[in-house]
Amino acid sequence: MTLAVQFTQVSRQFGDVKAVDRVSIDIQDGEFFSMLGPSGSGKTTCLRLIAGFEQPSAGSIRIHGEEATGLAPYQRDVNTVFQDYALFPHMNVRDNVAYGLKVKGVAKAERIQRANEALEMVALGGYGERKPVQLSGGQRQRVALARALVNRPRVLLLDEPLGALDLKLREQMQGELKKLQRQLGITFIFVTHDQTEALSMSDRVAVFNKGRIEQVDTPRNLYMKPATTFVAEFVGTSNVIRGELARELSGYPQPFSIRPEHVRFADGPLASGEIEVHGLLHDIQYQGSATRYELKLANGQTLNLSQANTQWLDNTTQHQTGQPLSVRWAREAMVTLHDTVSGEV
Amino acid sequence: MNTLAITRTPAPGSPLRRFSNLLYRRPNLYLSMLLVPPLLWFGAIYLGSLLTLLWQGFYTFDDFTMAVTPDLTLANFTALFQPSNFDIIVRTLSMAIAVSIASAIVAFPIAYYMARYTRGKTKAFFYIAVMLPMWASYIVKAYAWTLLLAKGGVAQWFVQHLGLGPVLQFVLGIPGVGGSTLSTSHLGRFLVFVYIWLPFMILPIQASLERLPPSLLQASADLGARPRQTLMQVILPLSVPGIAAGSIFTFSLTLGDFIVPQLVGPPGYFVGSMVYAQQGAIGNMPMAAAFTLVPIVLIAIYLSIVKRLGAFDAL
Amino acid sequence: MHSDSQDRASWGLRIAAWGGLVFLHFPILIIFLYAFNTEDAAFSFPPKGLTLKWFSVAFSRPDVLEAIKLSLQIAAIATLIAMVLGTLASAALYRRDFFGKQGISLMLILPIALPGIITGIALLATFKTLGIEPGMFTIVVGHATFCVVIVYNNVIARLRRTSHSLIEASMDLGADGWQTFRYIILPNLGSALLAGGMLAFALSFDEIIVTTFTAGHERTLPLWLLNQLSRPRDVPVTNVVAMLVMMVTMLPILGAYYLTRGGESVAGSGGK
Repeated sequence: MTLAVQFTQVSRQFGDVKAVDRVSIDIQDGEFFSMLGPSGSGKTTCLRLIAGFEQPSAGSIRIHGEEATGLAPYQRDVNTVFQDYALFPHMNVRDNVAYGLKVKGVAKAERIQRANEALEMVALGGYGERKPVQLSGGQRQRVALARALVNRPRVLLLDEPLGALDLKLREQMQGELKKLQRQLGITFIFVTHDQTEALSMSDRVAVFNKGRIEQVDTPRNLYMKPATTFVAEFVGTSNVIRGELARELSGYPQPFSIRPEHVRFADGPLASGEIEVHGLLHDIQYQGSATRYELKLANGQTLNLSQANTQWLDNTTQHQTGQPLSVRWAREAMVTLHDTVSGEV
Repeated sequence: MNTLAITRTPAPGSPLRRFSNLLYRRPNLYLSMLLVPPLLWFGAIYLGSLLTLLWQGFYTFDDFTMAVTPDLTLANFTALFQPSNFDIIVRTLSMAIAVSIASAIVAFPIAYYMARYTRGKTKAFFYIAVMLPMWASYIVKAYAWTLLLAKGGVAQWFVQHLGLGPVLQFVLGIPGVGGSTLSTSHLGRFLVFVYIWLPFMILPIQASLERLPPSLLQASADLGARPRQTLMQVILPLSVPGIAAGSIFTFSLTLGDFIVPQLVGPPGYFVGSMVYAQQGAIGNMPMAAAFTLVPIVLIAIYLSIVKRLGAFDAL
Repeated sequence: MHSDSQDRASWGLRIAAWGGLVFLHFPILIIFLYAFNTEDAAFSFPPKGLTLKWFSVAFSRPDVLEAIKLSLQIAAIATLIAMVLGTLASAALYRRDFFGKQGISLMLILPIALPGIITGIALLATFKTLGIEPGMFTIVVGHATFCVVIVYNNVIARLRRTSHSLIEASMDLGADGWQTFRYIILPNLGSALLAGGMLAFALSFDEIIVTTFTAGHERTLPLWLLNQLSRPRDVPVTNVVAMLVMMVTMLPILGAYYLTRGGESVAGSGGK
């Protein structure tokens, strides 16, 4: 299987700032690949390197096996959906979508037909004559998508395309994007800072931090087996136990992670392979589908416990803040963490 | 979706495309292609001229033969400090300062009203109403004032009908301000200058007031300040950069003018009219060149002062 | 900075503001009024009667017509040069940082920041040194020099407001630099360029201080007007021409305003 995009030791420096620092990634053809990280972590720069808006300071980028370094954006078989959509304000929707075909010299009749088809695909069939300002945010987002897809790129880059949409629309678009990607079978590279978005849509996710990749894995592994403290804390919520307590509980000096939903209230005798700790109940947060209990352990560390509210009747009232509590978890639910994967900060 | 067949660009090898590729790979080449024409024009024509002028300030002018010889001398620059020339400089400078102060006083209420009490259509109306006189022909505005101030003209008509004749006579009698008539007085010249440069003062002040967040004024009121206190303690200090920016124009434009002093006011040279007379009627280009150094130096000093007041951020 | 509806401007402030506007426009109205004055020599006020006859007198005078023609030609050529140089400079300066950038933008502003008399006499000194005979060519050179910054300011403001991702989107969709300029940058710049050109035209048409030094024996319309002021016999014709010059300089400002208004929103950005 060929690689859609391959980064080999790619760096991008802006002055003294290393936006991307010796990153290597292999993105498979036909994969829904997400780049996840906080702002300034280098994920957007990586996307711009693939698009050709930036050139690497060092390293090599191959797109479908072809060396892309030095190629202008218009020489790459890659299209981008921009964060601000970047629709051309002086063109109507159809001309926006047909623009890529026009500059490549496709005949007028054909490009209008293909633009219309692309608009149908994103359910904007009747909107060709409108100007971008006459559309809602969600509609602009679809036009931007159609404009990129009409060129039939082998790789589609999406730069936080759902960031400006409200929650409901966003969830709907997540589903549609995923469906579209399966249908077209092309590679989607999706940049986001929203971990739920990345987990729910992607085949694989790369977690970025300070210009480096902390972990590349499937959503399930990312959540269940975070490699580093950063991943454990950035993807979902996690209790990261460090220091003396970690050694005492796990037997290893490294910190470890235990998810709040894997912690439960102590009941009955302690089973083998289970760990129990004691603390004072510090706070109770009712969150709708679950309730979170915050425990203060003897050494001052906080431990969170999350309990799904599966009963119709709310059981929050059974506990009171300030009361002593014992909680347990299975030893295999603990994941030992590294500080960073590369061993260098 | 399947109908969207892949069309690959047939690797376009047109000269334009190859040129575009070259510029993409060589951003510095692209930048210099953009920069070379304006740089050539400004470097060769404009800066070159300024240096030529400065250089000619060192040439020698022979009073008897009325000829310029390229013998270098400092005489022209030292001559600037002769009492007669120094008077011209002081006269021009005090007019520039007076005009700047008066413009700021007249402009502030207009700018303040525009920024704080107008919105939408009214704001647009005020904006255009200030822009129009600013751009309207300079020479025609100056001419209009010669009509206004002339004997039997509009100003006189108003003064008579409002019964202000004695007041005007008194003001014109003050030495250093007045003159025999309005159109030959310092006061008349001052009025024309204030009129012509006023819009250049209004717009920067308005822009600086416009940038004040409304929450700032609400906070001041919330903390118990009366409107007058808010004006003096909050708004006025924060509009200083705008006033300073506007004064750059009023100061610099007054300093170099030679048309208005020629049309309105008492006889006696301004720096501008001196430059004009030296190079024109007298043919003493070296002295004219030396005189142009006066506004340049004064403006440089002035800029260094207003820069501290934040004028450059308000431009 | 907007007021709440309950706090209103005091009477003093309102009178000062509206009075200021009247002060700014009164002399202009006087010019319009005097152009129709029946008397032929006086500045007297109020006018005794109104007539259109001075218009036909003015437009049958060859010196007036020649001055108009010369001024229009000069303004057109100077504007064209300023549009090319101003656009190039703004394209070079708007985004990239490089050594000397501050110096270049200062140099562009200098011709209007320094009094015109300095530009004028400096050019004259140079033309004399180089043995160039002053005339239309030298006037155009002077005018183009101070008009560049007008175009530059308008175009760079539009470029800064235009989201850079539009240019990236165009290249991303397969357009090379030239196609991007032709299909994306130019249409988005169009009205700003036009507005800058109109302002430059107005500025050139009216300019007198630099022109005084660079004109030689040529007589532009403002120079003709200045010369007229020492000839009281011609007052009615002068008044008509003054009104004409006033209009030629004021109309572009209205046009430019309508072309560039509503510039608050960033072109091409999809956010709210």
